[in-house]
Amino acid sequence: MPSNGATTEKNLVQTIHDTLFEEMKRDDRVLVLGEDVGARGGVFRVTMGFLDQFGEDRVIDTPLDECLIAGVGIGLAIDGMRPVAEMQFADFSFPGFNQIVQEAARIRYRSNGDFSVPLVIRAPWGGGVHGALYHSQSVEAFYAHVPGLKVVVPSTPHDAKGMLLQAIEDEDPVLYLEHKKTYRLIKGEVPDERYTIPFGQAAVRREGSDLTVVSYGLMHHYAVEAAERLSSDGISVEVIDLRSIFPLDIDTVLESVGKTSKAMIVYEDNKFLGVGAEVAAQIAEHAMFELDAPVKRIAGPHVPAMPYAPTLESWFMPSVDSLEQEMRKLAEF
Amino acid sequence: MVKGTDRHTELGLKEEDLLEMYRFMLLARFCDERQWGLNRQGKAPFVVPVSGHEAAQVGSAWAFERGKDVFCPYYRDLALALVAGFTPREVFLGLFGKADDPSSGGRQMPAHWGAKDRNIITGSSPIATQCLHAAGIALSKKLKRSDAVVGTWFGEGGTSEGDWHGAMNFAGIHKLPLVLVCENNQYAISVHVSKQVAGSVHGRAKGYGMPGVVGDGNDVLEAYKLTKEAVDRARAGEGPSLIELLTYRHYSHTSDDDDRTYRPKEEVDEWKAKDPIPRFEEYLKTVDVIDEGKIEEMRDQAKTEVTEQATDAEAADFPDPSTALDHVYAERVEVK
Repeated sequence: MPSNGATTEKNLVQTIHDTLFEEMKRDDRVLVLGEDVGARGGVFRVTMGFLDQFGEDRVIDTPLDECLIAGVGIGLAIDGMRPVAEMQFADFSFPGFNQIVQEAARIRYRSNGDFSVPLVIRAPWGGGVHGALYHSQSVEAFYAHVPGLKVVVPSTPHDAKGMLLQAIEDEDPVLYLEHKKTYRLIKGEVPDERYTIPFGQAAVRREGSDLTVVSYGLMHHYAVEAAERLSSDGISVEVIDLRSIFPLDIDTVLESVGKTSKAMIVYEDNKFLGVGAEVAAQIAEHAMFELDAPVKRIAGPHVPAMPYAPTLESWFMPSVDSLEQEMRKLAEF
Repeated sequence: MVKGTDRHTELGLKEEDLLEMYRFMLLARFCDERQWGLNRQGKAPFVVPVSGHEAAQVGSAWAFERGKDVFCPYYRDLALALVAGFTPREVFLGLFGKADDPSSGGRQMPAHWGAKDRNIITGSSPIATQCLHAAGIALSKKLKRSDAVVGTWFGEGGTSEGDWHGAMNFAGIHKLPLVLVCENNQYAISVHVSKQVAGSVHGRAKGYGMPGVVGDGNDVLEAYKLTKEAVDRARAGEGPSLIELLTYRHYSHTSDDDDRTYRPKEEVDEWKAKDPIPRFEEYLKTVDVIDEGKIEEMRDQAKTEVTEQATDAEAADFPDPSTALDHVYAERVEVK
């Protein structure tokens, strides 16, 4: 934490904007590239005002080609720049999938440590924003499966700042996921001074003794809210925000499960082979005999992606109400 | 012997350059012969042949300034890798997958060239991905106000990939110091260029706002001339160029391929008769740079060098499996 302790209340998207802006002022190796990041300032306004401040050399409106954004970003990073690439929506990152998965992630390994790719890829992700099949997806499981990538999901403005700076400093490619619904919904105090938050450290946001709930992104906020409701009924829920999917801080999860003996993982991705599957498997491998109930996953149903109509969207998304119910059931198991 | 027309002096090439270029072509050819032999003996599981492409590669690579410019090659670029600083020993360390293989320490298949200290950027197997890296590096050079030029090489099949079109587009938009060299050997594994490329490779340059030229890729001086003009343009800040060099590979795509199912023998023979090495020897003789005796001597020398270094590489150590977890990240990340 900063020495003078001064903070400012901001929402998540403003925090990302300010952090990136200040870092570009501080370090001229940092540049941004992506679709509409220049004149438009990004479709979510993350790079608003950047073009005026930093000029076209460092604020690059790319052609509409996500493969290009990733591939050119890799080249810039190899040559010593610190590119921060924006995928306009995480859903659109897939045309760049090969460049991210088989190039960025593998360049250090395949060159036996000769080359590295300090590239940040920012991507707005997640649902509950009427984004339907192609503006709502959770992509973290695809990318977290890949050795060589780091995948982080800050859920608070405080974390958004410290983890973005960590991502830019990191010597390896980082996929930095920003949940769209948290952009303006989630506000918090952000220290004015520069700080980083190391990856691979989950945060215990709420202590409890009956049940451990592990989540990230928007779902983390829903889990906290549901836990607050249950506390009036005497159910004590410990809520962990993973903050980073890879590296995964399983130790914090295991420690908590050792205390509560019950575990639930909440994520809005499809349940099958999602982050919850890995967390549940690791709990089974390392804490089986601590458990008093089966590990529970609350996640999206097995349909290709989130549908558009409000009735269908809310059918897909876990809600505070549904979490409250499920958490109560597990607590009472 | 009839005295030939001197074509090299006006290109700025001296006799020493010609002899070095010739030597690299010989080294590449003998590396290729040796690696095929090792493959047939069961000592090298996988070989990507270069024979036939030596003039295109040595000629184009020679136009770049080693130590400053950047090479983003593809897998067939053995001769280019030699020009850019690989020794035959290093080629064979890669062939055998030995620990000291500069490209990857035995992690990648052979012919995935890379070495940071020689400005050869690591490559992969999916086609044309390196072209976007080359564009990114070229942008970085431009932003740094460096006068370094980036070159990237690929086959005509590579020009079908989105990565290639993205690189062309981006290079054209930003007038990047990038030279894109297509070694058009007319077959992407088995698919003939007529089923691969609508129009022509060099013709595609126009759509991306850059010059595109085509030349005889079996003529090392022509490959040099066309590339040098492009490198000079790029260095002067005048933007990218596309060069298409027509050539042919003498062998199959790789040691796992059999070209007899898709290339008529007559066609192969016809192109082998246009072998770039005897052709360059002929030129060198007509301008009195070498004679038969010198050819014999240089061939023997190159062959011995390759044989000795291949043997030496074969005796080198394989990587220790205890190192296999290294370099996934800058710092080791444990997975429970």
